[in-house]
Amino acid sequence: MEGFWAVFFPVLRVWFTCLVVLIMLPAMFGISLGITETYMKILIKTLEWATHRIQRASRAEEILKHSASNGLIQRDNSSLEQEIEELRRDRPKSADHGDFTLSDVLYFTRRGIESIVEDDVTQRFTSEELVSWNLLTRTNNNFQYISLRLTVLWGVGVVVRYCILLPLRITLTAIGLSWLVIGTTMVGFLPNFRVKGWLSELVHLMCYRICARGLSATIHYHNKQNRPKRGGICVANHTSPIDVVILANDGCYAMVGQVHGGLMGVVQRAMERSCPHIWFERAEMKDRHLVTQRLRDHVNDKTKLPILIFPEGTCINNTSVMMFKKGSFEIGGTIYPVAIKYDPQFGDAFWNSSKYSMVSYLLRMMTSWAIVCNVWYLPPMAQKEGEDAVQFANRVKSTIAQQGGLVDLAWDGGLKRAKVKDSFKEQQQKKYSHMVVGDDSSD
Amino acid sequence: MGSRASSLLREEDIEEIKKETGFSHSQITRLYSRFHSLDKGENGALSREDFQRIPELAINPLGDRIINAFFPEGEDQVNFRGFMRTLAHFRPVEDNEKNKDLTSGEPLNSRTNKLHFAFQLYDLDRDDKISRDELLQVLRMMVGVNISDEQLGSIADRTIQEADTNGDMCISFSEFTKVLEKVDVEQKMSIRFLH
Repeated sequence: MEGFWAVFFPVLRVWFTCLVVLIMLPAMFGISLGITETYMKILIKTLEWATHRIQRASRAEEILKHSASNGLIQRDNSSLEQEIEELRRDRPKSADHGDFTLSDVLYFTRRGIESIVEDDVTQRFTSEELVSWNLLTRTNNNFQYISLRLTVLWGVGVVVRYCILLPLRITLTAIGLSWLVIGTTMVGFLPNFRVKGWLSELVHLMCYRICARGLSATIHYHNKQNRPKRGGICVANHTSPIDVVILANDGCYAMVGQVHGGLMGVVQRAMERSCPHIWFERAEMKDRHLVTQRLRDHVNDKTKLPILIFPEGTCINNTSVMMFKKGSFEIGGTIYPVAIKYDPQFGDAFWNSSKYSMVSYLLRMMTSWAIVCNVWYLPPMAQKEGEDAVQFANRVKSTIAQQGGLVDLAWDGGLKRAKVKDSFKEQQQKKYSHMVVGDDSSD
Repeated sequence: MGSRASSLLREEDIEEIKKETGFSHSQITRLYSRFHSLDKGENGALSREDFQRIPELAINPLGDRIINAFFPEGEDQVNFRGFMRTLAHFRPVEDNEKNKDLTSGEPLNSRTNKLHFAFQLYDLDRDDKISRDELLQVLRMMVGVNISDEQLGSIADRTIQEADTNGDMCISFSEFTKVLEKVDVEQKMSIRFLH
C-alpha cells in the first residue's frame, strides 16, 4: 500500500502540472498548442478506417438504408383542395356549390397513415441517426457485430474515453467553474467601472475557454464581423446547454434565465457580481410584461452586453429549427441571428431532457470523442414596416435554418411535452367544409 | 447504453412478417425502429395515447378513426405484427410483382382489401353496413362545427340514396365498392416507400 501511494502522488503532481501548462494556460489566453488538432486528426483517420471496414463487411444494401437525410417514405405536398378534387375527378361537377363523396375519406386516411410511418415533429426530439457508426455504443442502434478488429478498436476507445479523457475533462471543468466563481467575485469588489467591465469580460472568456477544452470542443466561427454588439439581442437555435459555452467562447453575453438553487445558483450569483445578467425568479417568469420590460431596459442601456436568447424555448436535435416564440422579437433592438450546427460524427450534443438528467447528459458529453461545431454569425436584422412580431420571428428563423442547413419547421418545440392545439384540427375541418358545401356554408 | 432496437426483432419474425405483408427486409427493420420510437412505455406494444402523440395525426379530423383501425375489436394494445398488418394495406400494388412468395389468398394490399379498410372507417360498429347514423358521425368528424345538422343530414341522405341499390337505407360493402369503382384506389391508398 505504501508503495502505491509513493508512486501515486508524484504521478498525480506531474499529471496536474502537465494539465495546467499544456491545456489550461494556453486556453486562458486563447492560444492553441496544436494538441487538440493532432487528436482530431488521429480520430478522423480512425473513424474513416472503421467506416471502411464496416462498409466492406456488411452488405451494400444495409448501408443504403441508413442514409440519415433520406426519409422512409415520399410525401406529396399538395393541398387538401387539390387532392380531394382529384379524388372526385370522375363525378359530374356542380360549379358553385360543393359536394361530398364517400371517397373523400381516402385523403385523410392516407395523410394519417403517412404521419404514422414518418412525421416531421417527433423525430426532432430524439438524437439524429448516424450514417455510419462512430465507435460509440450509444449510437449503436442498427449496427451489429462486424469484425474482431473493430471490436478491439471499440474497446480501446472505451478505455481512452472513460479512463483518460473523462478524468481530464472533469478536472478541467471543475477548474473552469471554480475560476469563474472566484474570478467574478474578485472582480465584483472593484469600484472602477471601465476596468471592471474589461476584467469581467476577461474572466468570463477564460473560464468558458477552459470549459470548452473540458469538452474537447472544436469550434469554427464564421463571419466574425457580424458578431453581436452591445445593446443588441443574440438569437440562436438551441440544441443543448452547451450552446452557451460555445457562443461565450468568442464573445461576452448577458445571460437570461431562471434563478436556480445549488451549484448553478452559486455560479449565477457570482456572475451577477461582475457584470449584469438577467435572472428571473420562477414567479416572475409568468408575468410577460415584467419580463419584456426588464429585457427592454437592458437592451436600451448601450453599455450593457448583448442578451443571449434561445427563442425555441427547448432543446431540438439539431436537424431542424422549430417555432421561434415571439416574445424575444417584441423587445425592440437589433437582432443578431446565429446559427449553430454540430457535427454528430464525434459526439451527439443534443440533450434529450425527458431521457437524461443534466448530470448524466454532461457525463455523456465528456465521454464522447469531441464536440465539433460550426457557428455562423449572420448579419443583423430589424423588424420591417408592417411586419408583426410573429412574421419577424419566422423571417429570422428561416435565415438561421438556411445558413445552418437545417429544416425550417413551423411546429412548436413545446410539442415535446404538450399536446398540439385543437385549432389546427379546426383549420382543416373548416377547409374541408368549404369543399363540401361550396360557398354558402352556414357559419 | 443505447437500445439496440433492431436486435429485438428476430430473423424468424422478420421472415414471417415478410410473408404475411410483403414488405421487404429493410422496410420491416426501419418500420420496427419507428414502432420502437413511438412505444414510449417500452413494453412492445402501442396504445392509443402513443399514436395521439404524433401531432400531425392528432390534428387529422379522422385521426381517431385511423388509430382505431389498428386495434382489433375490444383491445387496447397493438403489437408489431398487428401494426405491420394494418400498414400492409397501404403498400403499393406494383410491389406485388417483385414478391412472389406471398401466402396464398389475397395480399393485404389488394384493391378489395384497401377498399375494405376505407369501408371500416365509416362502419363504426363493424356490422358490415354503413347506416345513416354512422355516416353522419363520420361526416361530423370531418367538417367540425362548420355545417348545420340539417345540411349534414341532407348530405348523408343524398349519399345513401345514390349508393343504395337494394333499398335497405344502408350502404353495404358491395354498394360501397360500386360507388368507388372509378376512383384510383390503388394509388390514393398507397404510401411510396423510398427503399
